[in-house]
Amino acid sequence: MLYKKPQIQYYPYIVQRDDYKCVRCLGCVEQCSYDATFYDEELDVIWNKHEACVGCKRCEAMCPTDAIKIVPNPSRPIEHASWKWDLVMDAYLQANTGGIIITGIGNDKPYRIYFDHLVIDACQVTNPSIDPLREPMELRTFLGKKGEKIELTESESGKIALKTRLAPQLELETPIMFSAMSYGSINLNFQESMARAAVELGTYWNTGEGGLHKKLYPYAGRGIVQVASGRFGVSRDYLKAAAAVEIKIGQGAKPGIGGHLPGEKVNAEIAETRMIPPGSDAISPAPHHDIYSIEDLKQLVYAIKEATRYEKPVFVKIAAVHNVAAIASGIARAGADVIVVDGFRGGTGATPKSVRDHVGIPIEVAIAAVDRRLRQEGIRNEVSIVATGGIRSSADVIKIIALGADAAYIATVAMLAIGCTLCQTCNTGRCAWGITTNDPRLARRQNPDIASEQLYNLVRGWSHEMKEMLGAMGINSIESLKGNRLRLRSIGLTEKENEILGVLPAGE
Amino acid sequence: MKKVIIIEDYCIACYNCEVACVATHSRSQDPVKSYKREGLRGKTNAVVEVESPLAFSSMCRHCKHPWCMDACISGAIQRLDNGIVYLDEERCVGCWGCVVGCPYGAAHPNLAGKDKHAFKCDLCIKRLDAGLNPACVEACPNNALLYDETIEEREEVHK
Ligand code: SF4
Ligand code: SF4
Repeated sequence: MLYKKPQIQYYPYIVQRDDYKCVRCLGCVEQCSYDATFYDEELDVIWNKHEACVGCKRCEAMCPTDAIKIVPNPSRPIEHASWKWDLVMDAYLQANTGGIIITGIGNDKPYRIYFDHLVIDACQVTNPSIDPLREPMELRTFLGKKGEKIELTESESGKIALKTRLAPQLELETPIMFSAMSYGSINLNFQESMARAAVELGTYWNTGEGGLHKKLYPYAGRGIVQVASGRFGVSRDYLKAAAAVEIKIGQGAKPGIGGHLPGEKVNAEIAETRMIPPGSDAISPAPHHDIYSIEDLKQLVYAIKEATRYEKPVFVKIAAVHNVAAIASGIARAGADVIVVDGFRGGTGATPKSVRDHVGIPIEVAIAAVDRRLRQEGIRNEVSIVATGGIRSSADVIKIIALGADAAYIATVAMLAIGCTLCQTCNTGRCAWGITTNDPRLARRQNPDIASEQLYNLVRGWSHEMKEMLGAMGINSIESLKGNRLRLRSIGLTEKENEILGVLPAGE
Repeated sequence: MKKVIIIEDYCIACYNCEVACVATHSRSQDPVKSYKREGLRGKTNAVVEVESPLAFSSMCRHCKHPWCMDACISGAIQRLDNGIVYLDEERCVGCWGCVVGCPYGAAHPNLAGKDKHAFKCDLCIKRLDAGLNPACVEACPNNALLYDETIEEREEVHK
């Protein structure tokens, strides 16, 4: 064979084709968006270019005769305890290209996942559990400032009326929302699917920093629009149409890093929605160039409140970093109605791998720290807390709420619900599942009729499970679980970790 | 009448409709055997046409006034009471009149097999009788094929 450099020779996947079962329908050739498989008419054979395969498994899923299996290549670079094969491959790759390694999806390093070290306490005899199939169980929750006290007036006729002016609230039928994914990083079909599912579920979806496509205005009443450093797509109509506005300061997958949608991906529709010329790079700088302090942030929060006549809650989203609690306190004092904290396992369309995998902190400790600090300062009622970046299941939602969140945003799991196979090549724009791509040939792989139903099913299933778990804890409303760490116990954590999370070890 | 409706916006050119069509019209009912043992490769009524990014599965429209039937010299093509335009392969003499006559290219010559006859979509008549959807519709992973009344017909009913 001809010489191949190691990073090509040690390709991660092998496309195994059972040639007897293969009927040459050529579906795999069409489905592979990475050109890892092609047809040789002369020999009537489908060949595989294994080195191009990213392991998205689209071909495997779509093969009508089950003739394809994508398996890890057993021939890998020699590895040992300190040099795992992926590190070796990165070194090979960088020696060849001299560039930053860019990747997609969330942090895949084996850091401790605190969710997996927390168990939920259940009622037995002394206090009874509740059967959610027979008793009412409340998952409805409200996001926004809660006043310190409620004042009522009584008219002469004895009619009671509310005197306190309540801050604007978002009403969620279930404490799960679809997190920010911008039009551009994902396509319109997927955004429409989330919007439709959010409307059906009585929850909210988030536009991300890409503006609001005109086709999605009918769903904007359940939409949260983002104002990020690039101010893409921000207009009066955009702010007016939405249910809430989110100022994006940071993102869990890339704390301290801005966004970049390369010009070649900015087609006419994305350009129109983002309000930039077609073909131009959409760069959201790492900092907002008008925000260098909490006072500056306060100005933007109130500018947005003015623009929306104080009728809409303003969210501020930050990445989970080590001093997150102090930052959150500042954000609360800057007038935000909701703080969104994004953990370091959050997903991304594209980021330097070095940042994704090594910067930030886990969402569990961040939320516990933020909730405790705001309580200590007596301002917990001033803001709601939304957790995101690493929520994988209904149990994670329950645990994060018990650790102090009001609700959770989900994103990666929403992509899993519509087919994502975690191949981590979102940054290429070639997503074979039609999720993180705007290629018209690939984007059509997400039919919003199907995708919205799958998203709806996922959240509906989780909501049922959460009711069951609440019932087991003897709690009949999700609001009573917020910050209720006594319902959790930890297993296998250090004393310090227990202290930060505010949980007791199992057995105590 | 209900027909297979093609939604071009969601066809992803996976060719599953082609394979399902071949298997359903085979003796074995098995995709691998029908292609490899029965020589049915290429004998599919759901032909996927790709002009990237567009793609669609072109197939018989079961016209109210079928051009293929007009062109058939042997009477092998008939319009059944339920509206299905049916080609009886036994009676076909292989003149390819229907192949030329169909403006949609939905009638095909079978050149590979021993018996030189034409073939075209029968809307999976046997499956319909059994209360199932046509095989291509069932096989489409992206709902790009629907078994339904056409929009015009639905509107007619409303009138
Ligand atoms: S479709 Fe995906 S899994 Fe299949 S060969 Fe192409 S890259 Fe590999
Ligand atoms: S969204 Fe697409 S490209 Fe990204 S990890 Fe999932 S399947 Fe791969």
